[in-house]
Formats: sequence, structure tokens, C-alpha cells
Amino acid sequence: MNFYHYAAPATFYPLAGKLWPWFAAIAALLGLIGLYIGFVVAPTDAQQGEVYRVIFIHVPAAWMSMFIYLVMAGYCALGLAFKTRLSAMMASALAPTGAMFTFVALWTGALWGKPTWGTWWAWDARMTSELILLFLYLGFIALQSAIEDPRRADRAGAVLALVGVVNIPIIYFSVKWWNTLHQGASVSLTAAPKMAETMLWGMLIMALAAWAYAIAMSLLRVRAIIIERERQTEWLVEALEAER
Amino acid sequence: MNTDFFALGGHGLYVWGSYLVTALVMVVEIVLLRHRRRQAVEILQQEAELAEEITKSNESTS
Repeated sequence: MNFYHYAAPATFYPLAGKLWPWFAAIAALLGLIGLYIGFVVAPTDAQQGEVYRVIFIHVPAAWMSMFIYLVMAGYCALGLAFKTRLSAMMASALAPTGAMFTFVALWTGALWGKPTWGTWWAWDARMTSELILLFLYLGFIALQSAIEDPRRADRAGAVLALVGVVNIPIIYFSVKWWNTLHQGASVSLTAAPKMAETMLWGMLIMALAAWAYAIAMSLLRVRAIIIERERQTEWLVEALEAER
Repeated sequence: MNTDFFALGGHGLYVWGSYLVTALVMVVEIVLLRHRRRQAVEILQQEAELAEEITKSNESTS
């Protein structure tokens, strides 16, 4: 497979069109399995009671919020370095989904925090840096939409996204570096998981569902962006005709 | 239906509030995405029609 071949919008557009339904189907299937495990199979938590079931979306959403940002910044770097149109479009396509997952992580965290910690919100390092992540996503989207010329919008957005990367390790390590209200990592690559196996499986399956959802959404969105930006081209008119 | 399942030991509001809002923002994202695509296709078609009209009027005047 030639990577450069698929880096052209004209070849990526139909490929993305073929791929997104698969990822959407995987997301729906894994989401249903994850919810079944989360609500039916997984037992009540001995310490937290039922409210812990929020983690089946909270943790995957928080992971995705950080991971999507890294992928987005990676595409931004590629776009800046090689001036490839498609990588800049992929970065713009990822931002709204990343913002959505960041909002979900904050929202579910607040709803979990109230009955567990007794507060919706605290200005601790983990929560504050996650809130900054939401502002970085929103700032990236706002900045790009404020600039008329797409190439300049790509460049300005890329600089913002790359400067903001510094926030990701701050979020990830905040619970280690500082004394936060937010607890430490529930799952780690180096230590045995601190939770029951069924709970862990439910969470991992939900995380995979979130992955598939994010891929489906960004493929769909990059197709819309290609239509917006390549509309003077002959191939696009033909591709749209073929889809009808 | 089992009412215990929805009450979730008195924490139902927090748990369902989390899941419902998550579902809602996902639906909003999908709706906005469909709208964005439809708008992009519309602009493309309008520009194509405009280009066609211009070439036609050029042909008739020349």
C-alpha cells in the first residue's frame, strides 16, 4: 500500500466513505456489549455503591480526550512540515470529536464527584488541566473558523495545537505530581488493575467503542471538509455523482 | 421493569444524568456533521450551476 497515494484527498475521500460505516458498526456493537457488562454483569462496587458505573464512560472519554489531542497535534505537525493538505484536514476533523469527549469527561466527572467527594468541582490539577484541554479544542476550532484562507487557518491552528501539547502530560501525570482530589490512575501498564475483572473489561470495551466512534466521526467529518475545500475540482463532482 | 435497576441505590440521577447527556452530545455531534456535509454539497452545487450559467451566457453573446 502506497501511503502517499492515500494522502491525496481524491483517493482518501472514497476510501473514508467505504471505511466509516464499519467503524460506526463496531462502535455500536462494542457500545452495546460494554453497556451490558457495565450495567448487568459488573457487580455493585463495595465502596462506592452504584455510582461507580459512571466510570464506564468517564474513563474512556477522558482517555479519548487526551489521545485525540495527541493525534490531532501529530497531524498538525505533519501539515506544517510537509504542507500536506490532508493532514491539516484530518486535524480539523478530529477537533470537534475531541472537544465532545473532553466535555463528557468533565460532565461525568462532576456527576460522579458530587455523591462521592461531596462536590461537583474542585480547582485541582487534574480537573483544571482537563478544563484547559476543552478550551484548547474550542480555541483551535474558533481560530480556524475565524481565518478565511484555509492554508493560513491550518497554520495558525497547528501552532496553537502544538503549543497546547504541553498540557497533555500535565493532565496525565497531574495525579502523581500534585496532591489532587482526583484519585490516581485506575488502570496502569505497570501495576495490576485495582478493580474487579468484569469492571475492567466493561471499561476497556467501552474504550474500544469510543475509539471506533471517534474514527467513524473523523472520517465522516474529513469527507465534509474535503467537499468544502476541494469543491473546484473535477474529481469531487464525479465522486459525488457516483455516490448518488 | 425492575425499579431498582433505574434507582441504582439512590444514585440513579447521577448515573443516568451522565449516560443521557453523553448520548445527547453524541446525537448533537452527528446532527451537526450531517448539516455540515449537506451545506458543503449545496454550496458546491450552487457554484457549479453559476459556472454553467456564465458559460452559457458567454456562448450566446459571442
